[in-house]
Amino acid sequence: MTTTDPPVTRTPRLARTAGRAVESPMRRRERRAAFLFLLPDSLGLLVFVALPMVLAIVLGFFSLDGFGHLSFIGVDNYLRMVGDPQFWLSLRITAIYVVVVVPVMFVVSLALALLVKQRFPGVGFVRSALFVPYVISLVVVGLVWQFLLIDKVGVISRALEAVGLGGISVLGSPNTALAAVVVITIWFQMGYYMIIFLAGLQDIPSEFYDAARVDGAGPWQQFRTITIPLLAPTSFFVLLTSSIAVATGGLDLVYALTKGGPASSTTLIVYFIYEQAFLFGEYGYAAAVGSTLLVLLLLWSGLMFAVTRGGRFSNVDD
Amino acid sequence: MSTTDTRARTRFTGRTAGLMAVGLVLALLTIAPLAVMILGAFKTETDVVAPELLPTAPTTDNFFYVFTEVPFARYLLNSFVVSAVITVVALWFHSMAAYALARLRFRGREALFMIIFSTMLVSLPVVMVPTFVVVRTLGLVDSYGGLIIPAIFNAFGIFLLRQFYIALPRELEEAALLDGASYWRVYWNVVLPLSRPILSALSVFFFLANWNAFLWPLTITSSPTLRTVQVGIAGFQQQYAGNWNYVLAASTVAALPMLAIFVFFQRQIVESIKTAGFR
Repeated sequence: MTTTDPPVTRTPRLARTAGRAVESPMRRRERRAAFLFLLPDSLGLLVFVALPMVLAIVLGFFSLDGFGHLSFIGVDNYLRMVGDPQFWLSLRITAIYVVVVVPVMFVVSLALALLVKQRFPGVGFVRSALFVPYVISLVVVGLVWQFLLIDKVGVISRALEAVGLGGISVLGSPNTALAAVVVITIWFQMGYYMIIFLAGLQDIPSEFYDAARVDGAGPWQQFRTITIPLLAPTSFFVLLTSSIAVATGGLDLVYALTKGGPASSTTLIVYFIYEQAFLFGEYGYAAAVGSTLLVLLLLWSGLMFAVTRGGRFSNVDD
Repeated sequence: MSTTDTRARTRFTGRTAGLMAVGLVLALLTIAPLAVMILGAFKTETDVVAPELLPTAPTTDNFFYVFTEVPFARYLLNSFVVSAVITVVALWFHSMAAYALARLRFRGREALFMIIFSTMLVSLPVVMVPTFVVVRTLGLVDSYGGLIIPAIFNAFGIFLLRQFYIALPRELEEAALLDGASYWRVYWNVVLPLSRPILSALSVFFFLANWNAFLWPLTITSSPTLRTVQVGIAGFQQQYAGNWNYVLAASTVAALPMLAIFVFFQRQIVESIKTAGFR
């Protein structure tokens, strides 16, 4: 596939100069065609993506209930947010979730990629099996794990009892419930990042390893001096995308697994927003929290973009 | 996930045996929850909470129950129609936009691309409330339009297709243009046929993502006739909380199409992840 292509593909110089020499009516035709080709998607993105982004900020300054009653209330929603312990709790839970899931998933999926990169009988099956949870919907995932964790009768509860940890109600106590959400998140996403790492590993020319072996480098030395540096772009990509995906994900899972409980211990910020808007009808307040999250994410992405000079992501044509 | 290196002949050494053992244990642990789900779907109400892993008296009653007690076939049909329409329309629009962004020259092209690209940073949960307000204002709440239209537009597809078109040799297109073909003809007769591999990979991925979508269908619909399968099983579980045999049967039915797609289109899924993961 195209993974081995250099990230920046340039237009051939010749074609560009030839294009410039063409007369203006043709250029106008080209511009009109571009406009028409771009129209459907641009319009849709404007209405269903860009407009909501702007509205996210605007709506935060209004009180809006489920019936559409709108009134301007200034910064009241934001003041309420700052004084709302539930908001801070959900922010803390989300921070813990991100800080634990991102590095653990990074290590797990890299280790799995290193494993399935090897040759051994059945490796195809192992790869598929490690990836398969990713294609299952989070609602099904949540329901199945809820079943596995039912007190006393769930398969995992029985296994815990067998190793002397009986009496623990995993989804019934705050710490273990959040731990369960963390484990399940890693379980269903590790295959996705494993594939990305595997592609990165396969892009490293095998001659490098052959040369290192000739020089007498052991597996650990090869990993340290070849794999880690050459895998840096992939690693960076995984860290960036997984941090954003984890920070804004988990809503479906929490909905199906715990409904944010017990004692709000699994109320991730996205679930908090959902709850405020669609269960309590506090649309304005939910929008204020959503816009805060939006700003935090934009800052984070902007920071990442600045750190990498944005170069690897934009293929500017000249 | 077949690659040539796995098919190469391997010598059976202690190291291979060790790798194989570790791999198989991890693989089986990973799929165990899904195996429990499928086995549970064939168990009776008392069996499903018994310690035995295998059903003592396998039954298919749970599936009949699921399809007769709730309009599960309707849920499946809704999910299928919604996912299929989103996939087809989205790929059509995205390939047009991507073609223009990759090939046609006009002022502000790079700026437009950066704007489109930046919308990728925002995912639904974050802007769920304002999106809901927009869709409600358009009168699309509780309709197929509300389920389908907002889900069509995301920059991810445009981005991947643009990368693909930039890498595509442009000689064929230029020959057609010199012959006097319109841009539409070039797009339709030259570019689209050349995009078949990436479009097929992306269509599997889009269908999967939309089949599994839950949050948007949940918030935008309320009529039972518009329920998708994910919303259906979530509601089903609330109704039959104690009857895990039914819940697991319903979950199995909801997961089965995706498992089948995975078995048949594994390569496409993996390829689209690799493509997405590398730019």
